[in-house]
Amino acid sequence: MDAESAQPSEQSTGQQQSGQGPAGAARGDGAGSAPLSRRAVIGWAGAGVALGAAAVGSVAVATGSGGAVPAAAAAGGEVPFFGEHQSGIATPVQDRLHFAAFDVSATATRESLVRVLKEWTKAAAAMTGGREVGSGAASGLPQAPPDDTGEALGLPASRLTLTVGFGPSLFEKDGVDRFGLRARRPEALIDLPKFRGDALDPARSGGDVCVQACADDPQVAVHAIRNLARIGMGVVNVRWSQLGFGKTSSTTPEAQTPRNLMGFKDGTHNIAGSDAAALAEHVWVGPGEGPEWMTGGSYLVARRIRMHIETWDRTPLKEQEDIFGRSKGEGAPFGKVKERDAPDLKAMPEDSHVRLAHPDSNDGLMILRRGFSFTDGTDGLGRLEAGLFFLAYQRDTRKAFVPLQQRLAGGDALNEYIQHVGSAHFACPAGVRKPGEWWGQALFG
Amino acid sequence: MSARRSTAASLLTLAVAAAVLTGCSQKKDDKSSADAVQVTASDSACEVSRTTFPAGHVSIEVQNKGSKSTEVYVYAAGDKIVTERENIGPGTKATIAAEIKAGEYEVACKPGMVGDGIRQKITVTGDAAAAAGATDPRLTAAVDSYRKYAQEQADATIPVVQQFADAVKAGDLEKAKSLFAASRVGWERTEPVAESFGDIDPKTDTREDGLEAGQEWTGWHKLEKSLWADGAISDADRKLADQLVTDLKDWQTKVPTAEITATSMANGAKELLDEVATGKVTGEEDRYSHTDLSDFAANVEGAKYAYELLKPVAAEKDAELAKTLDGEFAALQALLAKYKQADATYTSYDKVTEAERKAFSDAVNALAEPLSKLAAAVVVK
Repeated sequence: MDAESAQPSEQSTGQQQSGQGPAGAARGDGAGSAPLSRRAVIGWAGAGVALGAAAVGSVAVATGSGGAVPAAAAAGGEVPFFGEHQSGIATPVQDRLHFAAFDVSATATRESLVRVLKEWTKAAAAMTGGREVGSGAASGLPQAPPDDTGEALGLPASRLTLTVGFGPSLFEKDGVDRFGLRARRPEALIDLPKFRGDALDPARSGGDVCVQACADDPQVAVHAIRNLARIGMGVVNVRWSQLGFGKTSSTTPEAQTPRNLMGFKDGTHNIAGSDAAALAEHVWVGPGEGPEWMTGGSYLVARRIRMHIETWDRTPLKEQEDIFGRSKGEGAPFGKVKERDAPDLKAMPEDSHVRLAHPDSNDGLMILRRGFSFTDGTDGLGRLEAGLFFLAYQRDTRKAFVPLQQRLAGGDALNEYIQHVGSAHFACPAGVRKPGEWWGQALFG
Repeated sequence: MSARRSTAASLLTLAVAAAVLTGCSQKKDDKSSADAVQVTASDSACEVSRTTFPAGHVSIEVQNKGSKSTEVYVYAAGDKIVTERENIGPGTKATIAAEIKAGEYEVACKPGMVGDGIRQKITVTGDAAAAAGATDPRLTAAVDSYRKYAQEQADATIPVVQQFADAVKAGDLEKAKSLFAASRVGWERTEPVAESFGDIDPKTDTREDGLEAGQEWTGWHKLEKSLWADGAISDADRKLADQLVTDLKDWQTKVPTAEITATSMANGAKELLDEVATGKVTGEEDRYSHTDLSDFAANVEGAKYAYELLKPVAAEKDAELAKTLDGEFAALQALLAKYKQADATYTSYDKVTEAERKAFSDAVNALAEPLSKLAAAVVVK
């Protein structure tokens, strides 16, 4: 379920982290005169750091680059919303996820869908900036429900990113060109083939539109999806959603790779968000590759992978390590000492997960992963309803996830302990470059 | 509430840093409307731009020029809060909207968000009716028409409930079953009005899991359980049937006294949809008879009636909203119509699949969300 890839590179702030100070230029997002600005809170917190107010002990951040810029992001501040690429892809992975897939209702029109996308963009710019939606949560007309649901009042932006994608069914469903988009469907936005062992639940699969909310605070991520769902209600309805925690891969090479719920470090070598060359080669869609509106975008595959936790937990340590091809403690590849030592694939069992997923076994193919663990309580049989919510971004799914997953589904020793139960595929367009532009403008415009 | 308080506290510790940056924290687009009341708050003052203004919708624009976060209250006599706004940061502005009737009030600023605040007396002039927007003759007429409708629904309910009760008392299980859903239609159409008489609803329309400790279970749903789940009518049920008629006659006589305003009509319409969203779509309401779709349709019909009465005003003030509501009411009623059978009853809800329930849920949300904006659209000047 993970591809080993790429050498770790220097830690940096990544492409999405442009030089925005906490009190940076106002981004005219059309949010109006939001009364209580969550962003103002950040501004002050960041300012405390910038002014060297060391007494503000709660804001412990590195100020190595001598400014408040990395400080703001590191302290749970803002990730810029506007840019060449959508944030939430190469952005350093946050701690929490709320992912939602929406269906466009049968009664919706192209116009109503565009209206929602415009309103969503405004709201997304406000929320990622730590501000309230519309006229806010605690003002506005007493007779009307507030524009913002309010549970994020007083919380910092928490590095919230919101990333939108469009599914195959938006372009064509049951042979019907619903919104006049059929001709603009990218060839790479395929209907994913059935993979061996798939046990897909339609109620956890597919969707016309998706929004990935990532933040360091679950309340902020949930608030964002909740508000977008409400804004879109009637035009787009939530088809399914997933909460995630404990990022299972990192786009910032760091001291230790996070562990998945099987207790293993998996995805040690992910594409770094700062590695522009690797991103260009494997993640961002280049000019002329499919329709113009996808240039600078990326294809997202989302898979809900259930883990058979209880049987895994009674599997001997040696067998567990054989399945991954890594040691459980250090995470070192077989025959090596350290986690980041270059793996010797031949030292691993042939059906081990790392060996099968490694770029060297797959003609160098790589995907950018942003997976999260999930636990949705227990199922009716008392088993932990848990696993990996796998999110992978790539330049062309046909050349990346599909061959990789075919290989894994066919021979991965891990398959005895996992099951793919949800699946979706989305085309995530390029970024919204400036205020006034909106999600999907190049597609619908 | 406590989170907001603690945020304010942490802001205070940063007040010095904030003061340096106030220029960056201010909102740019504070288009002050001419008739708004300006309140300028500082650490030691609370200046109100004028102390007399007309009743109705009042917009209060607060500018905090102090160094501490503040909160602003409008108090009626006895420190009854009319409206308030907490956590207005130093250097920021906030707009408070309120509907204020004629009378004497006090505006209070509370720098540091503590204490009784710095107070200023204000006078609101004009008549209360004007404040409520009821002087629009169309709204007055809408309220009158709606009250008439509520009365008609109650009047029409009594004979059907009587037939239902008679069938129960006669031990005619099948006939009683066939009249159960029909006996509820008038009530379901005007449920917000019916429920406004707080003592009637618990006697007539409580579900088993809604009982308070020690409360005797009476009303429709107890009889529903006997008819469908038990398949038997007890002597106690026969008494309950009579009791149901008595309680509903009580409702019938009380309708003329119901408090109805344009705002309550609009919000009542939304509440009817909320009833559907929480109780009917899940099949909880009529869990034994599975006649949920009959109640569902009645709720929608009642909401539609209230909306139609308010529509002339709503369409003038927010044409887009009216257009949306027209479309969503039509879509939901078209969906319901698919489940209406030749004998005018609806498909048993246990035959409605999960996917179909999701479609209902989506359609209800699509209507209820814009409907929640109707009250504001109707009363806005």
